[in-house]
Amino acid sequence: MNNNPYIAEKAKLIRITPETAIDSTFTIAWDKPVKPGQFLEISIPGAGEAPISISDFNDGELSMTIRKVGRVTGALFDMKEGDTLFARGPYGNGFEYNYYAGTNLKIIAGGTGLAPVKNLIKTFMEPRYVNSLEVLLGFKTPEDILFKNEVLSWVESATAILTVDNGNYDWKGNSGLITQYIPQLDLNKPQDCVCIVVGPPVMIKFVLADLLTRDVPRENIWVSFERNMSCGIGKCGHCKIDNTYICLDGPVFRLPDTMKLID
Amino acid sequence: MGYSLSKDQFNSLLDALKKSYTVYGPAVDPDKGNYSDTDRITYKKINSFDDLVLDMKTYFSPKEIVYPVREPLFHFSDGSFFVPHIDEKKIAILLRPCDINGFDRLDTVFLKNGPEEDFYYKRRRKNIRFFMIECAEGFDNCWCVSMNANRTDMYDVAFRFGKEILADVKNEEFIPYLVGFPQTEVDIQFIEKNSIEVKVPEIGSISPESFDLEMWNEYTSRCIACGRCNTSCITCSCFTVQDVACGTEGRMAERRRRWAGCQLNGFTDMAGGHSYRSKNGEKMRFKTMHKINDFHRRFGKHQCVGCGRCDDVCPQYISFARCINTLSEVVAERGKNEQ
Repeated sequence: MNNNPYIAEKAKLIRITPETAIDSTFTIAWDKPVKPGQFLEISIPGAGEAPISISDFNDGELSMTIRKVGRVTGALFDMKEGDTLFARGPYGNGFEYNYYAGTNLKIIAGGTGLAPVKNLIKTFMEPRYVNSLEVLLGFKTPEDILFKNEVLSWVESATAILTVDNGNYDWKGNSGLITQYIPQLDLNKPQDCVCIVVGPPVMIKFVLADLLTRDVPRENIWVSFERNMSCGIGKCGHCKIDNTYICLDGPVFRLPDTMKLID
Repeated sequence: MGYSLSKDQFNSLLDALKKSYTVYGPAVDPDKGNYSDTDRITYKKINSFDDLVLDMKTYFSPKEIVYPVREPLFHFSDGSFFVPHIDEKKIAILLRPCDINGFDRLDTVFLKNGPEEDFYYKRRRKNIRFFMIECAEGFDNCWCVSMNANRTDMYDVAFRFGKEILADVKNEEFIPYLVGFPQTEVDIQFIEKNSIEVKVPEIGSISPESFDLEMWNEYTSRCIACGRCNTSCITCSCFTVQDVACGTEGRMAERRRRWAGCQLNGFTDMAGGHSYRSKNGEKMRFKTMHKINDFHRRFGKHQCVGCGRCDDVCPQYISFARCINTLSEVVAERGKNEQ
């Protein structure tokens, strides 16, 4: 049945790492090549199938950071380490390392938008890949911060600026919307900067508007789209916008290619 | 090769075909009409010439013969997948040129969009043969000519159903079934003018402003998102995958797909409750653009084949033909103002 793209393969659940009260990272055994920004169709027979973005991968392991929001993710949260789930993919174009190598890269991520770029951040923290890397991260509250230990270490090493919309008494870090911290990024030579923006639609909208007023060229900005694909292979129609199938042509796009995509 | 048959001879042809083919065609579904004591014309198995209805359009298209409303993808039991077998008997469908072009559009999405072919569509499609019904006059509510979908050479046999029945055989597979019937020249005709003409906006004339037109708001108040236009359309191919568990342990389940449609609520729902195109006018705009603009930009031909079933079935009397024409007028008017 290897010509049947709907058949999923068994994948062993190696580890479940709680991230916040409602998000956990599920790590499965995985040895197929993947790129950051791609997604898998994850299924639990009886519950269903859902597209899940890949947050990290290395050495035969692949991680997905998931919020319990529906039937499939609900069933995932009922699983335990050692259980078997099913996966097919990877699908989507993902982020191509080549496009960012040697650039002054800014990665701006809000909330769960961090998941699809986490591996990219880790890779590009190796100085030999990019000329410079600055990361700007925003979450709603301190309790919503994903990959907390890693994120705090990025802040420590001055790679990342972290902010939360609403701090609390214990929170010693930055607070306020992510757009307030864009001035702290080095955008003095906007032509030389490449920006990746991922997050909820409203955050993307305001961050893009801000970057454009700072003269970052549109073609230097990359975004990732989120849609609920049912098939992942360009048949089911759910993710289509205009003449573009997000699952085939995306989810990662250069900004000018998204200007004509109107939902 | 052309042949001439009487009705009796056509029936004996059907009998001969029966061993190797199931023949589908437009027929009466008694008492299944939308009103009490009315019939519905739909696609059914055909056993004799008298089963065929040739003077009325079918309510549904023949697409479900190849792409069922609900289809099991596989059954799952204790860690293994079982893909259900299908009846491998060949199927011949009596259908009109617009619908053959409609199947070409389905082929495009299922077999040519992206690197993967759709396993389930392909395994049924390869057993399908097209018996084209010559359609030189069309029906009241068709605009196939405007969509360039009035002609096709993608048929295996074409029939002219007149006083005598003429058959033009293209696929040699069917010659053995017709050998013995009187040979004759058959010049199959295609309709050249419908009673409805639709002007499709030029590709490239649709701008981002076209998405914001006042005309879409009208559909927000009129369309009720019932999805009949999607289900009756020969070219609508969207689906949703879902699991049905047997028992509570989740050890046995069926994964199936079922038709979905851009006009229905919930089509764009995402995890966490976000969705797109929540107004019915926005859905209508999306469908319109897909059928007469976006598909063409991706695949080089319009998706809509002008069969007119969406207009026949709409409970709100929304006319898609009218919608396309209005869009053309508004876009042309706007173009003039900009010059």
